[in-house]
Amino acid sequence: MQVETARPVGRHLLEVRDLFVEFHTRDGEAKVINGVSYHLDPGETLAVLGESGSGKSVTAQAIMGILDMPPARIPSGQILYNGEDLLAMPEEKRRAIRGSEISMIFQDALSALNPVFSVGWQISETLRVRTGMSKADALKRAAELMDLVKIPAAKARIKDYPHQFSGGMRQRVMIAMALAMDPKVLIADEPTTALDVTVQAQIMDLLADLRRDLNMGMILITHDLGVVADVADRIAVMYAGRIIEHADVHAIYKQPAHPYTEGLISSIPRLNSKGQELATIKGLPPNLMRLPSGCKYHPRCPYMQQPICTDVVPPALDLGGGRTSACHFAKEMLDGQLHR
Amino acid sequence: MANSTGEVILSVDNLVKHFPITQGILFKKKIGAVQAVDGVSFELHRGETLGIVGESGCGKSTLAKLLMRLEHPTAGRAVLNGRDIFKLSGGELRRLRRNVQMVMQDPYTSLNPRKTVGDIIGEPFEIHTEVAPRGDRQRRVQELLELVGLNPEHINRYPHQFSGGQRQRIGIARALALKPEIIVCDEPVSALDVSIQAQVVNLLEKLQDELKLSYIFIAHDLSVVRHISDRVGVMYLGKIVEIGTEEEIYERPTHPYTQALLSAVPVPDPDARAHRDVIRLEGDVPSPANPPSGCRFRTRCWKAQEKCALEEPLLIRRAVEPHPSACHFAELKHVVA
Repeated sequence: MQVETARPVGRHLLEVRDLFVEFHTRDGEAKVINGVSYHLDPGETLAVLGESGSGKSVTAQAIMGILDMPPARIPSGQILYNGEDLLAMPEEKRRAIRGSEISMIFQDALSALNPVFSVGWQISETLRVRTGMSKADALKRAAELMDLVKIPAAKARIKDYPHQFSGGMRQRVMIAMALAMDPKVLIADEPTTALDVTVQAQIMDLLADLRRDLNMGMILITHDLGVVADVADRIAVMYAGRIIEHADVHAIYKQPAHPYTEGLISSIPRLNSKGQELATIKGLPPNLMRLPSGCKYHPRCPYMQQPICTDVVPPALDLGGGRTSACHFAKEMLDGQLHR
Repeated sequence: MANSTGEVILSVDNLVKHFPITQGILFKKKIGAVQAVDGVSFELHRGETLGIVGESGCGKSTLAKLLMRLEHPTAGRAVLNGRDIFKLSGGELRRLRRNVQMVMQDPYTSLNPRKTVGDIIGEPFEIHTEVAPRGDRQRRVQELLELVGLNPEHINRYPHQFSGGQRQRIGIARALALKPEIIVCDEPVSALDVSIQAQVVNLLEKLQDELKLSYIFIAHDLSVVRHISDRVGVMYLGKIVEIGTEEEIYERPTHPYTQALLSAVPVPDPDARAHRDVIRLEGDVPSPANPPSGCRFRTRCWKAQEKCALEEPLLIRRAVEPHPSACHFAELKHVVA
């Protein structure tokens, strides 16, 4: 990892502090994010792992400032970029950061791209609007960016439309768009979920190369434990709008410190699980309108103990080495002393 | 699982499906064909699971539709219990439909939102009245709900009141309603979260053991396919390029495409990062409307030679390994970490 010299001690490139997000619906308040904190430094990859509805994408949208408000509401929390709170700054200043300092790529490239403009036009639009570049210069730069993301014959394809590209190539176009302004933070929201494995491998390689070459911080949002193990430096596991475990990637796969992480990891089919039943997590993710009391995972947890788990919300326990776990029995879990 | 009795229940022989590409409005002229499935042969044994893997566009879903007789093939046969399914009509066709059922990928769009669960699962009985007499239907539906692990009292609920995994269970119950022998599962777990996916895979395995079902399990997730399948066929551009037992395909693959596919699967072990040998395929799958000559994989293959462009490799046993592989230069390579 490269060393950023001018960075004051303890200040991160991006830091989310105790963020809360609610959605107002006809049936009541849905508490989607309930106190999320994480940070990101230049040149590293933070994986945010979670199942659908865990709030991983909503956190990213809050960072980008693309949440629809209303129905969403941010009652409290801070999002610090280079020490400045994005949530407190005027919209104009925030606009300058969005897309140029922090940018985002989405899961489905076909619906994220505009079908009636050529890809060259779409990539160069940011440059024209943001930097006032001339049309010709911006197109030239767009071709360079397409080259950077390894689209073959970039110059010739600049006038092509999104439907003329394959799924993997479309994803590359979107990455080129996100890189147009040399962002410091790249948020990738399930960037390969819609792609085939061989193409997924190509795109993940590309993202890893770009992150290293451009020294970007990358937030990788995914539900795929395989992809995470491949590229991430650190992992934040989310459940019901909270980060329940946060650790170095090697540590977490070796010995999870939260029952949910353990459940997730053991439910992947493996070589030695052949012919046996897969381990499952019983029950369903909670309804965000009616979150359980105490630990949000307690109704599904095999280690649940009354009354502490049902009554007390577990704090994020510091386990040393930057590792935290929001489980009352995290230390016992790490020591292998917890039994069903 | 490995409890197949060996008896062949379905035998597919050189199945071909080409979709015509036409030009002109009034006088349609055929100018080409998308060769979605192009000469697929395999056998399915009673009680076994045959996994079909491949990337999007390789024809695996068209194959499923053909076996369901939702599409008519351009050529080829599929013999089920001694009869070619593409020659059946009337009452015989209805009996076939009872025997071969399907579980779809997306549990959100494959269930009618305006019908109750009881109506959805009970609908097959409207057509196949002989399976459950009218008065008996509600009881049958409740039995099915219980069989797939849902609460029988929820018979009057609507699909939106269930979660994704529960909806997939409803889809499975519907497929089981007519007591089929074969279930074609087209990506049955790919729309589900990891923790729910394991529950549905376990359910499918339990049902297979209890009801002696045969599955054709189509998926792109190679680790799930490995877990559930007895035998696996790998498809590329409308053809099966390698077929064998789960162990043969995953431990001793000989076709370069199988090797590339297996090596590209991310392994959930960060310590494997350093010593993983990922084969990087260049480019994308070519268009099935205009597939490469000879071997269809040669445009992305690192071993391709002149012979590959001239001569189509057949799916036959190669010297290196006893299971069939469609590569002129088949060789063993261990790729799974």
